[in-house]
Order: sequence, then structure tokens, then C-alpha cells
Amino acid sequence: MIDLTVNGRTRRLDADPSTPLLYVLRDDLGLVAAKFGCGLGQCGACTVLVDDQPVFSCLTPIAALPGRAVTTIEGLGTAQHPGTVQKAFEIEQAAQCGYCIPGMMARAEGLLRRTTTPSEDEMRGAMSPSLCRCGTHMRILRAVRRAAAMRGGGVTDPAEPVA
Amino acid sequence: MTTGRRSRYRIALIVLAILALLFAAFLVFAHRPAIAEIAPPTRADFSPRIIAHGADLARIGNCTSCHTAASGRSFAGGVRIATPFGTLYGTNITPDPSTGIGRWSQAAFDRAMHDGVARDGSHLYPAFPYDHFSSITDADLQALYAYLMTREPVRATPPANRLIPPLGYRPLLAGWKLLFFRPAAFRPAPEHDAQWNRGAYFAEGLAHCGGCHSPRGALGDEKRGRGYAGGWAEGWYAPPLNAASPAVRAWTAERLHTYLRTGLSTTHAAAAGPMGEVAQNLAQVPDADVRAIATYIAAGMTAAPAARHEPTLYDRKTVAAKAAPEGAALFAGACAACHEPGAPMMVAGRPPLAFGSQFHEHTPRDLIQTILKGVAPPVGPRGPYMPGFATTLSDAQVAQLVGYLQARYGSAQWHDVEKEVTKARKEGQP
Repeated sequence: MIDLTVNGRTRRLDADPSTPLLYVLRDDLGLVAAKFGCGLGQCGACTVLVDDQPVFSCLTPIAALPGRAVTTIEGLGTAQHPGTVQKAFEIEQAAQCGYCIPGMMARAEGLLRRTTTPSEDEMRGAMSPSLCRCGTHMRILRAVRRAAAMRGGGVTDPAEPVA
Repeated sequence: MTTGRRSRYRIALIVLAILALLFAAFLVFAHRPAIAEIAPPTRADFSPRIIAHGADLARIGNCTSCHTAASGRSFAGGVRIATPFGTLYGTNITPDPSTGIGRWSQAAFDRAMHDGVARDGSHLYPAFPYDHFSSITDADLQALYAYLMTREPVRATPPANRLIPPLGYRPLLAGWKLLFFRPAAFRPAPEHDAQWNRGAYFAEGLAHCGGCHSPRGALGDEKRGRGYAGGWAEGWYAPPLNAASPAVRAWTAERLHTYLRTGLSTTHAAAAGPMGEVAQNLAQVPDADVRAIATYIAAGMTAAPAARHEPTLYDRKTVAAKAAPEGAALFAGACAACHEPGAPMMVAGRPPLAFGSQFHEHTPRDLIQTILKGVAPPVGPRGPYMPGFATTLSDAQVAQLVGYLQARYGSAQWHDVEKEVTKARKEGQP
């Protein structure tokens, strides 16, 4: 039995300790925002936050998680009451197919929890491990700049201003 | 005043005068004149052939490692270099006239490379490997100069160095040079062929392999007597390239050539850490030069254990799972998708973990750094890649994983691994 704290709630799970977090989130807890992409830590679709830091949940065994706080996109807000990152992604219409977006939002949230005034480079560096095959990167970056501004900060040297 | 007091006063004065004289003599000794500024040269001043040769040389010298910041402009400096003596920042070597080397003449450039003295006469810190560069030929320096002076000038001043006092006082470096710096031109060894000698010229000089792979003394001096006995670079251990090579498969010239050229040896491992950038650079230079370097370095490892006998390697999976069950669970969840025999990556021809020197070095540092930081594709986007696990695993968990890997594949005895993980996280921060 393993105790797992997800979005502020602690759940007791009967799962093999080597099970990747992604499967537990999706199959046992019904939290399906994080997606299975490559299963190799290369695409970032499965990204969630552990203690406010982005991790590839497909390569994070739950054995690594006791005593640590997992945050998924479901923990950032709801459709009725979206969190700042979710709202900013919606305003900027950052999703095309949307498969990468939960991972992108987790990365953005991790960055903004660390600093609300990142530099453009810092922001791009933080987002770069997540891939988007549709090519909406420019909208995604706009959404992150907007989210930083919505939180009272802002990208210090933005490549383009928040409209 | 009594006579005794007066004589003590006189002795003190004499001692002070001697000290002042010695200091003045030292300043005279440490003094280097400035070399006059010139009007920045233009592209028309150099032949395209010379510039192209300089581009190859700059890659062999791995200049960008210290002079191009991760997201900065080429050669504009600002790279943070952590040393045991404080933090240095790579300088701007673009031809910008005010912040770069635009007003440096060929003579000023040559003096910097050969003697470690800037155009204005100030001594340069030996993090700039002039102890290696002193053997570069004048012709090659002319090509390097031509290449650098025709780059795009960037106006950028790196942050000020932060060194332990009084090391910020540059004349002291004259003392360091007196103790440790032995400039010497390259002398070919007649008993070896031309290829070996060409490799030696590069490896000992411009490529400065020993800068990372040789041990250093208390004052940062490279122990030339113990050349290639293993050293440290940016928080990674640079393994020995001599008879003490920990590799479990022989480093032949052929294998080393492939490794330096592609960043991957299927009989060893992927180039990780600072070595990744070296491979990235060597992938773009004339093949004959890389072959020469590989020939020379491989010749230094012919007395290594693996060169005489490549040991049979065992996958002790069951034993390791019993010895380190926590580590086994972490491996199954975090590593097995790529590294377990039969995983797609392994079927595609990546080397088994046990081939990696990380598992056989006297320190677990490289294994730890690889787990924490992963591997960036060194040469082209299709090169080897591994995600870093720094945010996924705690220090204790990395230590558990290392314990498991050691039991399953390793041949070295490691202790206090968790402390080593904590240290590894701190050292070599960007």
C-alpha cells in the first residue's frame, strides 16, 4: 500500500511500487488530463508537478512519491473556475489538437510557481521539454506570458507584448 | 627614546623597505606592456580558405564551451565557470571593438594564446588553457584569428569575476606562471607516425584534452606528470585516458573515432555532460583530424585492462533486486522502458548499461550526474537522448537507484552515495 497525495488529497493505493504515476492517475484515480505520449520521457504530454517541479509522470514510479505533493491540471481549476494558467491558455486559444496542452500547462504552472517574472529565455527553457506536433508553440508562449502577467508579474523581456 | 627602542625602529624600517623593494621587483617581474590597439580588421583582410581553416580549429579547440553562453550569441562570452577559487565568466571574443577583441592585433592574439596575457597587458586566468595553447603553431593562430575576427561583433560585457581575495589581483598570476607554466612549442616524436603526431599536436594543444582528463594540484595546476590520469569538469568526473582507463571494452582508435564523431560508442556509452559538446564540435571538423586525435588518445590506452582482455559482463538482475529492492522498483518504473534488455531502444542498438564507464569508475559521480541531468543529443537531433531525473527523484532515491545499478552491473565499490548525490546537484550548476 502506498499513500499518494494528489491535488491536496491523500489516497491509499494498492499498486505495485514500480507503477508509473501516469497509469495510477489515469486508471486508478480517474484524472485523465495528463496524457500518454511516448512513454520514454521525450514528448512531455504526461508532465505533472511533483512538489511544484515538472516531471514526466510516465517515468515516475509511485515508489518515488510518498511524502511528496502531486499536482495535475485538474488541481489548477475547473471549467467553471479555471486557474490563471488555464484561463490564459483559453484566451490565447493555445490548443489545436490539445494532446500536449495538459503537459504544457503543468510546465507553465511549475515555472510561475518558481517565479512570476521569468525572462523570455527562462520561459522558453522551462517549456522546451514539452513538444507540440500541431505547431501552436507561438500561442503557447503567448499564453505563458499572459499567465505571468495575470499573476501580477510578467516576462521581463517578452518577445512580444501581452495583447 | 631609548637606544633599544631606536634600533628596533630601525630594524622595522629596514624590513619594510626590503618588503617594499621585493614587492616593487615583483611588480616589475609581473608587468607586461599593453600592445597597441588597431582598427578592427575586415573580412577582406583574410582569405576565405584561412577563415574556413580557423572555423575547424575553433571547433577542435571547443572554444564555445567557455565563450558561448547557453542561449547567448556565438563567442559573446558570459558562460559561468565554477572553479575551486571562485567564479569566472568566459570573455567576449567576438570582434566588437569596445567589449570584444576587435582592436586586438594578431600579435596581441598570439600573446594571449601562447602566454596568457591580454592585449592590455593583464594576466589571464589559467581557466583559459594557455598552458596547452602555447604549443599551437603560428599558422594555426593566424587561422583562428582570421576566423574570430570575421565573426559577427556582439556588444556584450560578461559579469565581473567573483574570486576568493586576493585572487582578483591579476599580477599574482605571474607568480602562478612562474611556478607552473612551461610554454613549449610542439615537438613531433620521431618514433611515431604522422597521424599519431598530428593527434598529439591537437590533443596536447588546441583540443586541451588534459584540461578535463588530467588531475589538478591545489593551485589549479594540471599535473602533467600524471597526464590523463582522470580529472574533473563542471561537476563530472572525466575518466582516465591512460593505462588506468576504467572502460570494460577496449578503446581502439576506430571506436574512439566513432565516439568523438557521433557522440555514441555502441561498445561504451553516449557522450554525456561536458563531453557532449566536444563531440558536437568534432562532428563538424575534417575527418582526418578526428582520426588523428583518436589514434593518439587510443595509443595512450593500449595498456588499459580492457585493451588486454574484455571481461564477460553479467546482468545480475535477481541478485540486485534482492540486495536493493527499493532501487529495483525505481528502476522498473523510471528506467526499464528504455534500458531493460528487449526495450525498443536496446533493440535499436544502444549499448547495454554495463558497457558504460560510469559503472566502473572509482567514483559514482558520472552515474549520478547522468541520472540527474540525462543526456542531450550530442550530435544532431537523432543522437542519444535521456531525460534527467533531478526533479523526479530525491537524493535518497537516486542513491537507492545507484545502489541497485551497482549491484546489477557495476564493478566498483562506492560508499556514501547519497552525500555524493547532494554534492553532484550543487556542483556544475549552470
